[in-house]
Amino acid sequence: MRRVFSGAALTLLAPLAAAQNQVNMSPGVTEIGADIFELHMLIMWICVVIGVAVFAVMFYSMYAHRKSKGHQASQFHESTKVEVAWTVVPFLILIAMAVPATSTLLEVYDNDEAELDVLITGYQWKWKYEYLEASGEPVAFFSNLATPQEEIYNTEQKGENYLLEVDEPLVIPTNTKVRFLITANDVIHSWWVPEIAVKRDAIPGFINEAWTRVPQEGIYRGQCTELCGAYHGFMPVVVHAVSRDEFDAWMAAKRGAAITQAALATQTLPVDELMDQGKAIYDSACLACHGAQGEGGIGNAIAGSALVLGDLSDHMAVVAKGVSGTAMQAFGGQLNDVEMAAVLTYQRNAFGNNTGDVVQPGDVTGMKNG
Amino acid sequence: MGDHHHGPATGITRWLFTTNHKDIGTMYLWFSFAMFLLGGFFAMVIRAELFQPGMQLVEPAFFNQMTTLHGLVMVFGAIMPSFVGLANWLIPMMIGAPDMALPRMNNWSFWILPPAFLMLASTLFMEGGAPAFGWTFYAPLSTTYAAPSVTFFIFAIHILGVSSIMGSINIIATVMNMRAPGMTYMKMPLFVWTWLITAFLLVAVMPVLAGAVTMMLMDIHFGTSFFSAAGGGDPVLFQHIFWFFGHPEVYIIILPAFGVVSQIIPAFSRKPLFGYASMVYATASIAFLSFIVWAHHMYTVGMPVAGELFFMYATMLIAVPTGVKVFNWITTMWRGALSFETPMLFCIGFLILFTLGGFTGLMLSIAPADFQYHDTYFVVAHFHYVMVAGAVFSMTAAVYYWLPKWCGRMYNEAMGKTHFWISFIGFNITFFPQHFVGLAGMPRRIPDYALQFADFNMMSSIGAFIYGASQLLFLYNVIATIVAGKPVSDEKVWDGAEGLEWTLPTPAPYHTFEEPPQVPKPVGTI
Ligand code: HEC
Ligand code: HEM
Ligand SMILES: [Cu+2]
Ligand SMILES: [Cu+2]
Repeated sequence: MRRVFSGAALTLLAPLAAAQNQVNMSPGVTEIGADIFELHMLIMWICVVIGVAVFAVMFYSMYAHRKSKGHQASQFHESTKVEVAWTVVPFLILIAMAVPATSTLLEVYDNDEAELDVLITGYQWKWKYEYLEASGEPVAFFSNLATPQEEIYNTEQKGENYLLEVDEPLVIPTNTKVRFLITANDVIHSWWVPEIAVKRDAIPGFINEAWTRVPQEGIYRGQCTELCGAYHGFMPVVVHAVSRDEFDAWMAAKRGAAITQAALATQTLPVDELMDQGKAIYDSACLACHGAQGEGGIGNAIAGSALVLGDLSDHMAVVAKGVSGTAMQAFGGQLNDVEMAAVLTYQRNAFGNNTGDVVQPGDVTGMKNG
Repeated sequence: MGDHHHGPATGITRWLFTTNHKDIGTMYLWFSFAMFLLGGFFAMVIRAELFQPGMQLVEPAFFNQMTTLHGLVMVFGAIMPSFVGLANWLIPMMIGAPDMALPRMNNWSFWILPPAFLMLASTLFMEGGAPAFGWTFYAPLSTTYAAPSVTFFIFAIHILGVSSIMGSINIIATVMNMRAPGMTYMKMPLFVWTWLITAFLLVAVMPVLAGAVTMMLMDIHFGTSFFSAAGGGDPVLFQHIFWFFGHPEVYIIILPAFGVVSQIIPAFSRKPLFGYASMVYATASIAFLSFIVWAHHMYTVGMPVAGELFFMYATMLIAVPTGVKVFNWITTMWRGALSFETPMLFCIGFLILFTLGGFTGLMLSIAPADFQYHDTYFVVAHFHYVMVAGAVFSMTAAVYYWLPKWCGRMYNEAMGKTHFWISFIGFNITFFPQHFVGLAGMPRRIPDYALQFADFNMMSSIGAFIYGASQLLFLYNVIATIVAGKPVSDEKVWDGAEGLEWTLPTPAPYHTFEEPPQVPKPVGTI
């Protein structure tokens, strides 16, 4: 049935569809995605049929009952029979639509018995993914837009996945029921991946549930779909579905990296390394508001800022705790001590700030503990 | 009172102090057209930025200000006041009343509008910029995270609400009390009926909107947490309140349009409206249903499945009375003697395109499918088919249809038809491809997009420039008609036109029906 529908759709729309211009919903790779697609096509075709019939009558009338042809107006203006018919028949059609719609909806809501839970938190303007597994070191990371500013501002050729690429995608195993627990840290966002047919609002203070079971390895791309501020258009979602083995290996590597980071936090790092890591963090997490040259924008200027040039603990307090009531969030929970040290070092020395201060992870740990 | 005729005052005071329904109607119409051009200008900025992938003209933050102001100005500044203007002009003339029931309030309900919009527009020049949270202004983006100008936005919304409520009370009072002897409810022209029902909707939901913005104000300035989870509130509560206003609001916009079309199609079919009584009942059912479907805008917020099902079924039901209306209009045309002057062309355009918008509405009502449609360009296409091709097309038809009666001069028919065809084609080039990009996965309210959406977006932008430009032709035609149109000789103007307003001299004198007219025969017959 599905093949017939999509086949017919293709013939109908083929002349409009240039090579890469997708004109219809994608059935995606999941069972639910396919069900939704079928439902969508079913309703669409019912509408097309009704529409063709209704407009055929109208156009016939416009042709045959023209005054210019000398047609005389009839004066009928009532008929209870037809009125009842065109109230009852549409009602029955609606019932026919409601049946598959209800069963698909119940499927979408079947959140039980997940084998893996992922907590997704929307931030202005990035996603945080946290794997909630009973055992082992927790794994959590942020996923930022990876498209460079130069592509966005048209000074460089745009890449194939322009605006749909991230620095670190969400990785999930195939053929596993994965439950997403979705929330937000600031404003409302919405997590959407069309190909797996999951869209759920991320609401601060509340946790929504959704689930998927992806049968096929691949990279699936989507975007935030709830207006969440200036860079709402720049917070894509990328999901890598990989085999169970690959997933386990990836998870082990992530845990290993977390342990290394923890070890780094007790060491003294060279300035260059701090500056490099600091720039990377600044570019992905701070640049949108503070500008590529630290010139400011939504946030105030970092270049020459009295706060940044001044006392280190005040500087760190702002970055760690944010400024409530403004777009400046608390990064304390987002950056570990090494990253915090790196971004502070970077801000205090880049953009002509040249304080010469080197902040070490140990300093950060120290300030945190009072 | 009958022999106490006097004309309008002269100079600016005529307009400032007038209590005459025709003057006030005229001001509403011009004001709404000015807002239509302003909102249209914002739309052109949006479409210019979206012409190509990449950021070219404006910054993302400013882009959001444009989409927000475009929506607010079009809904509250262009569409709603235009129908109030039409109501002012026509309701007294259609029911045989000398004026509106509450003429002084009428003056106020107009004159508080321009300052409100001036204030709203001035936010563009404030620190932090204009509101940038969409016309649906979801909290907490519109509270904790909004620019300081949000306070002015709240004040502006309050004033618009007061204006709408005053306007509606006036319409209700007029229709209930000032009908000429013999003008029973079931003889009233459909335009009067749809406006009466709309006025009740407005009185019911504008206070809800006022409540929503007041709660925002409290959250922003007085430390409450209605919409902030951190303080024990609920951001989703905002959406429930907003859409409890918002869904009836879309019917507030479309019901008067239904009324207009129900006047014009019979006139150019030279045949009475088919199913007058069922039109009235369908309008009333739509109005009732519009109160119990609001959460179809919120299928993805994580409602319990029972709620989801309830709102899905209720929303699907709306298709029934809406279908009845479309069938009635087509049956009205059936075996008439049709001619296709500009007002009729716009009504047929309405009929085709509004029905398409109704179909996509039905698709959107299917909750599981809406998970894929929601907040994409598919929704943008849907509501432009119903709001632009529905409300704006019918309003345009109304102006062409009644303008000769109002000013006693005929518009240029060839130019009118040209305006129709450019609008119709431009509109479809703009919005039809948006169904495609929406289904293919393009979210709404984004200033930049992935490369696979580029071709259709460019098409959309070109269509938008065409559609926008065609409105200037409309403006020119209207002004040229008022200033130098060919005088109309026949009182009826259109041979098929029926109703009390066509029994008046042309142009309609400043004061009409100072003596109540004799209501000749049921409106359902000729
Ligand atoms: C969402 C936008 C946004 C992002 C992203 C952001 N900031 Fe800010 N930042 C602001 C705003 C707004 C202010 C001004 C707050 C105020 O009004 O005091 C600010 C202020 C600051 C200040 C104080 C500057 C001064 O002169 O007072 C520092 C330091 C700072 N941010 C560091 C950072 C760092 C480090 C990052 C990245 C890890 C970052 N910000 C990311 C919006 C942002
Ligand atoms: C058959 C009748 C209709 C049905 C079943 C219907 C259904 C819907 C649904 C379900 C949505 C939500 C889609 C989403 O956000 O995912 C929606 C959005 C919308 N509809 Fe309709 N609709 C109908 C007619 C109308 C009419 C007559 C108007 C106005 C004249 C209208 C204006 C809108 C607007 C403005 C939105 C988008 C609001 C926003 O999010 O900004 N609709 N419609
Ligand atoms: Cu967003
Ligand atoms: Cu609605």
